[in-house]
Amino acid sequence: MSATTTAIATSSKRGVWGGGNEPLKASYGKLMMWFFLLSDIFTFAAFLITYAAIRMSYPAYAGPSDKFIGSNEYWPVPEMVFDAIPFFHGAHIPLLFVGIMTFILIMSSVTMVLAVEAGHRYDRNDVVKWMLWTLLGGITFLSCQAWEWGHFIHGTPGGSLLTYVNENARLVTETVFGANLTVNEYGPAAFAQLFFFITGFHGFHVTIGVVLLFIAFYQAAVGVYERRGHYEMIEKIGLYWHFVDLVWVFVFTFFYLI
Amino acid sequence: MAEASITSHGAVSHGHDDHEHHDSFITKYIFSTDHKMIGKQFLVSGIFWALIGGFLSIVFRLQLGFPDMDLSFLRPIMGGWIDEAGKLDPNFYLALVTMHGTIMVFFVLTAGLSGTFSNFLIPLQIGARDMASGFMNMLSYWFFFLSSVIMFVSLFLENGPAGGGWVVYPPLSALEQAIPGSGLGMTLWLVSMTFFIVSSLLGGINYITTVINLRTKGMSFSRLPLTIWAFFLTAVIGLLSFPVLFAAALLLVFDRSFGTSFYLADIYIAGEALPNTGGSAVLYQHLFWFLGHPEVYIVLLPALGITSEVIATNARKPIFGYQAMIISLLGITVLSFVVWAHHMFVSGLNPFLGSIFMFLTLIIAVPSAVKVFNYLTTLWRGNLIFTPAMLFSIGLVSFFISGGLTGIHLGNSAIDIQLHDTYFVVAHFHLVMGSAAFFGLLAGVYHWFPKMFGRMMDARLGYIHFWLTFIGVYMVFFPMHYIGIAGFPRRYYSWTNFEFSNMYTDLNMFVSAAAIITFVAQFIFIFNFFYSMYRGRVASLNPWRSNTLEWTTPLHPKHGNWPGEIPTVYRWPYDYSKPGAKEDFIPQTIPLSSTPESNLPHEQELVKLEKEIMKEEGEVLVANEVKEK
Repeated sequence: MSATTTAIATSSKRGVWGGGNEPLKASYGKLMMWFFLLSDIFTFAAFLITYAAIRMSYPAYAGPSDKFIGSNEYWPVPEMVFDAIPFFHGAHIPLLFVGIMTFILIMSSVTMVLAVEAGHRYDRNDVVKWMLWTLLGGITFLSCQAWEWGHFIHGTPGGSLLTYVNENARLVTETVFGANLTVNEYGPAAFAQLFFFITGFHGFHVTIGVVLLFIAFYQAAVGVYERRGHYEMIEKIGLYWHFVDLVWVFVFTFFYLI
Repeated sequence: MAEASITSHGAVSHGHDDHEHHDSFITKYIFSTDHKMIGKQFLVSGIFWALIGGFLSIVFRLQLGFPDMDLSFLRPIMGGWIDEAGKLDPNFYLALVTMHGTIMVFFVLTAGLSGTFSNFLIPLQIGARDMASGFMNMLSYWFFFLSSVIMFVSLFLENGPAGGGWVVYPPLSALEQAIPGSGLGMTLWLVSMTFFIVSSLLGGINYITTVINLRTKGMSFSRLPLTIWAFFLTAVIGLLSFPVLFAAALLLVFDRSFGTSFYLADIYIAGEALPNTGGSAVLYQHLFWFLGHPEVYIVLLPALGITSEVIATNARKPIFGYQAMIISLLGITVLSFVVWAHHMFVSGLNPFLGSIFMFLTLIIAVPSAVKVFNYLTTLWRGNLIFTPAMLFSIGLVSFFISGGLTGIHLGNSAIDIQLHDTYFVVAHFHLVMGSAAFFGLLAGVYHWFPKMFGRMMDARLGYIHFWLTFIGVYMVFFPMHYIGIAGFPRRYYSWTNFEFSNMYTDLNMFVSAAAIITFVAQFIFIFNFFYSMYRGRVASLNPWRSNTLEWTTPLHPKHGNWPGEIPTVYRWPYDYSKPGAKEDFIPQTIPLSSTPESNLPHEQELVKLEKEIMKEEGEVLVANEVKEK
């Protein structure tokens, strides 16, 4: 309203919650982002609870982990499934690649913090620099995930011998390579379904985040925020980006660690 | 004195606060960002859906009450769903109950109630020019509109709309070959609900943010009208429960369309094994009811808030137990999230878990009873003015009591084994949540119609509408309790094949006749609503002599609500019939310092602080004025 040019006529004696002010010291836009994220927590929580419920209905693999073979009778051991890394075909390097992915995403959160901090200093060049790094981190993470999915879908050279009901309602016993939504060589069908669904839903969030980061990077670079007088948009997108990062920590824990 | 000087400064220096947009037809009536117009859009859409939802219920009531009736006369509307012999198609019967539930719960009592009154009243009653984001608010309506269009289109599909009940439990809803209603109609149901959730999220985030950040000076949370408290907490419930429905629906979409089996396991259909393994149908029930139960309160809380306001105004008394009302609203909000499994007592739930959910469920009776007690004590020895809105509010209290009592039966996991999925349940929730919330909606329309359209609704037609509807609702739902106790299951197309159910044919006939009368009575309201919009008596500025801020706006508030400065608030909204006061109401904008004759001792002590604040803020205003010149 017109109050942007004049002092806001609210007495401090009214108290923090007395009206006529912003009691949480946050603009409406930032509050909205917080509430959206609160809501999104419940979406992801529902998915992870679904994962836990289905996961617990299967027995865990009981034998020694170096003797592990994929079967739809029990839930697979993550170290034996996610053990590939680009350019090292056939090597067994458990969880290193996803560790790198996670590290990249967390580092992009750090650069995001630096971008927000630069925004507080109204330092346009620094904002642009750190937004670019964050953007690159996001894109790298997505590329890694694409490779991870690709490898998961193609599978290992040996595959696994499984007995299952196929799409034509026939009970078949055959060697299965890789994974799709009906059958996979690593474990029960639900394992791959949940993997695709939940990491996919997270990846969708990251994709939206990358789009937002690009817009913010572009607008910062051409000086939109400088003319506007503040870099709050960077903060709001920062909140979203940290959230996506935090969710990944949970997804990572559920799929790769336990 | 001080008050006078502040208002005069405001009027002079803040003339440019007027939002004198010259809107075209499209920006004013269609893609409007004015919260008042968006509220009206939700209201008219809600009325449209209520008519459709009501009509669908009449069709299946005809089938239930008069199973031998020749329904050929419905063929112009229902087409092939009435067969050669004039009988309703059994599959379409399932679609009718499904769509009746979906439409009434989501499109009428969520969008039509919260959407209308949260939008219309929040900025007006907290003293804001508009919602925090008018654009998002507009998007909220248009996502709802898109969702409505998709749901409406699904009614006309060859295989009919969704038919698995409004809860759309898998595996029934997940397998296209299960029933016709699990085909394209189900897909459109899921798509429509996805847009609906987006709409409710956009709206809810806006409501919460607006209440936190845009309250006018002096409008602390302890001075908020109970309507705003109710809308605020409703939005919080929606914010936290709808995403879980979204998750459940998305998983169901994958099961239906992409071959996953999150909810499916070990199924033979038509003698053929399905490849699905590992899923859990009960998982869907958990996810669904984590929304489904809070949804009951999303529907009910706004109605309770409206009732608090209407009853206090028309009893000319402060609401009894203002703080107790807020605490009970908070209690209901929290408890609504921890009772969902009481819908699943017969799903094979561990009986021990059942007893925990039973315990939590029965606790809800406490805040609910507090609210009822406070309504009755507010009415007690008040100077009651029986406006139509007041009658509908009292009607709400009546339904809330008689429907709430049967909730205590159903909340018991042992009794629920007998009563589950019978007409006892139908009677219970139609009274306590369906009719009660519907009466809250009507009370709100009658009460705030003068603010919405600047004209009064006809009171006499309102009384006729009230008595027909009030008696009609009891005639419909009271006998249903007996039908339910006798063991009649819900969602059955026909009972005439069973010996035990023949004895209640006459009672069913009675219910159906009462339902038809009640439905027809709603056209009195429709006529009153649209006629009064153009021809009603022109309203005065504050027709109910009410305290809240919306009555300080002009008769037809422009976008921005108040010409000049937004009023400041000096007191709570329930100063009715205050001893010593000249009038029997003191609006929130009257400072304590100007009513020494009626101030209570603790208020008299606040006068000094109030004067200091006025002085300080007055000085800032003057300084700003000088700076601008």
